[in-house]
Amino acid sequence: MTQQYEKAAAAVPLLDVRDLHVEFRTRDGVAKAVNGVSYSVRAGETLAVLGESGSGKSVTAQAVMGILDSPPGRITGGEVLFRGQDLLTMGAEARRRIRGAKLSMIFQDALSALNPVMSVGAQLGEMFSVHDGMTRKDSRDKAVQLMERVRIPAAAERAGDYPHQFSGGMRQRIMIAMALALEPDLVIADEPTTALDVTVQAQIMDLLAELQREYNMGLILITHDLGVVADVADRIAVMYAGRIVETASVHELYAAPAHPYTVGLLGSIPRLDHKGKELYAIKGLPPSLTDIPAGCPFNPRCPRAQAICRTDRPPLFDVAPGRASACHFWKETLDDAG
Amino acid sequence: MGRYVIRRLLQMVPVFIGSTFLIFFMVYALGDPVAALFGDKAPDPATAARIRRELYLDEPLWKQYGHYMGQILSGDFGTAFNGQKVTELMADAFPVTLRLTLVAILFEIVIGITLGVLSGLRRGRSVDTSVLLLTLIVVSIPTFVSGYVLQYLFGVKWGIVSPSVSPEAPFDELLLPGIVLALTSLAYVTRLSRTSIAENSRADYVRTAVAKGLPRRRVVTRHLLRNSLIPVVTFIGTDVGALMGGAIVTERIFNIHGVGFQLYQGILRQNSPTVVGFVTILVIVFLLANLFVDLLYAVLDPRIRYA
Repeated sequence: MTQQYEKAAAAVPLLDVRDLHVEFRTRDGVAKAVNGVSYSVRAGETLAVLGESGSGKSVTAQAVMGILDSPPGRITGGEVLFRGQDLLTMGAEARRRIRGAKLSMIFQDALSALNPVMSVGAQLGEMFSVHDGMTRKDSRDKAVQLMERVRIPAAAERAGDYPHQFSGGMRQRIMIAMALALEPDLVIADEPTTALDVTVQAQIMDLLAELQREYNMGLILITHDLGVVADVADRIAVMYAGRIVETASVHELYAAPAHPYTVGLLGSIPRLDHKGKELYAIKGLPPSLTDIPAGCPFNPRCPRAQAICRTDRPPLFDVAPGRASACHFWKETLDDAG
Repeated sequence: MGRYVIRRLLQMVPVFIGSTFLIFFMVYALGDPVAALFGDKAPDPATAARIRRELYLDEPLWKQYGHYMGQILSGDFGTAFNGQKVTELMADAFPVTLRLTLVAILFEIVIGITLGVLSGLRRGRSVDTSVLLLTLIVVSIPTFVSGYVLQYLFGVKWGIVSPSVSPEAPFDELLLPGIVLALTSLAYVTRLSRTSIAENSRADYVRTAVAKGLPRRRVVTRHLLRNSLIPVVTFIGTDVGALMGGAIVTERIFNIHGVGFQLYQGILRQNSPTVVGFVTILVIVFLLANLFVDLLYAVLDPRIRYA
């Protein structure tokens, strides 16, 4: 019975984003930040969403969480299915109950993401008192347990301290504790290590991976750091100009990318055996989201661009099972890489 | 914290001396108090000289000042020209003004912050635009205009309140003067809290609070308000000091026998002991109000620590 149930649960993805569109009204016109993004995450799985600033990776996450700044942001189409239920058509109160409890988020800069005038113990305890109706004292105890769980030294004494009294790494641990407080099914981590020192980055990623295994959560890891991705992710979705341009398992993508943009990204990682040689960089800049080029949005920067790339927008071509690329010349790209 | 308070109190000494000397100099050096004492009649030169000697007016200014300060520090503020002790005038005037200030501050807090928070949360909507317009109008109207107009409307035409305040100045009679006194500051409090709320509602920690699944009410009261009201509270704190001494126009209009009224009378009749005495006390009130605000700031924002 339970086995059957688990099988059924595994078949339906935890989160299924379908054809999501998000726009921002700006002074320069309508910025199309997300243009038909689809991805799904299963329990226990880690999906890395990779892309440079302005590629729409964070905006997609905010739309999923329901914390988009609106106005000016507006979801103009698509579905966000969480355990089969569309979050976008759900009532505000029902959605609030899911937020933080079943679906939570870790932010990039813990110093600005934590309330500066509230003790960390109170900020953590709030999760239990609001969602579970715990008493003030019980939620306080749970807060201290959480701080111990993310290995903050002298947790009981430090629960009364304020965010600015902690180091960057400790603050990010508190952020993680807050997101995992109610053992959610899915956590979205938006560049969780970008603001940290390199040595601390590894500790935080290890902690996150450990907790994910323990609770069997789905994890969406938003990042622009290819090094982080290789260690922890199962699958990767590469985003460019509000679209997913390639999805693949980590091994496939690193072994042989099927989109010229991914090729460029991988090529621009500094490598020891390239010492002394010039570092590769993708030429040009990402397009303005108010004026995305016709055809393939990457064509002005693409070394492989042909006439068709300037006129026809490539759909996501199936490259292999569970693998897709939005490039007219994915075959050639793949062959060159292999 | 203790060391900080001591340092601040010590810093007050030069400010206190400087400001009191200035007002002492202006009042005593620029008018002739003995001539003022005799009004329109020319004084008998011998009597005038005697009074001058009694009041140390024949000595250099800095000595006069030193003597005066010595008296003040021993609690003797001198005698007004009508024979009343200045301290007696103060004992009558300060409680009245304190009540008036209290009423005004209450209006600032209740109406100002409420309007500011509402318009800040609905930035760009019609509520916000009308509140902004209203504050602009209020700020542009001087107190002597708004005071007389409201006094005429509420006190004379509609007869809702009595147009002038009795000498005892009970709270209910101070409601209308309190509003008049508060109006300008109220507009500033509204604008300040509106801007602060609007700015902070886009802050990352507010987004975190929403992402935690907290009800909107809790996001606003626990997270947004607490952070946004820090500058507002400090403004209101300094305003207490300003209102304690700045009510000259309002107290005149409503015939309130408070600090402003006494100061006005003192200036009008060149009653130097009254003017200098009251101003000295006001300087102290203002300095203490400022210190209080700075300490309050540290209580409200744990990031600020004084060493």
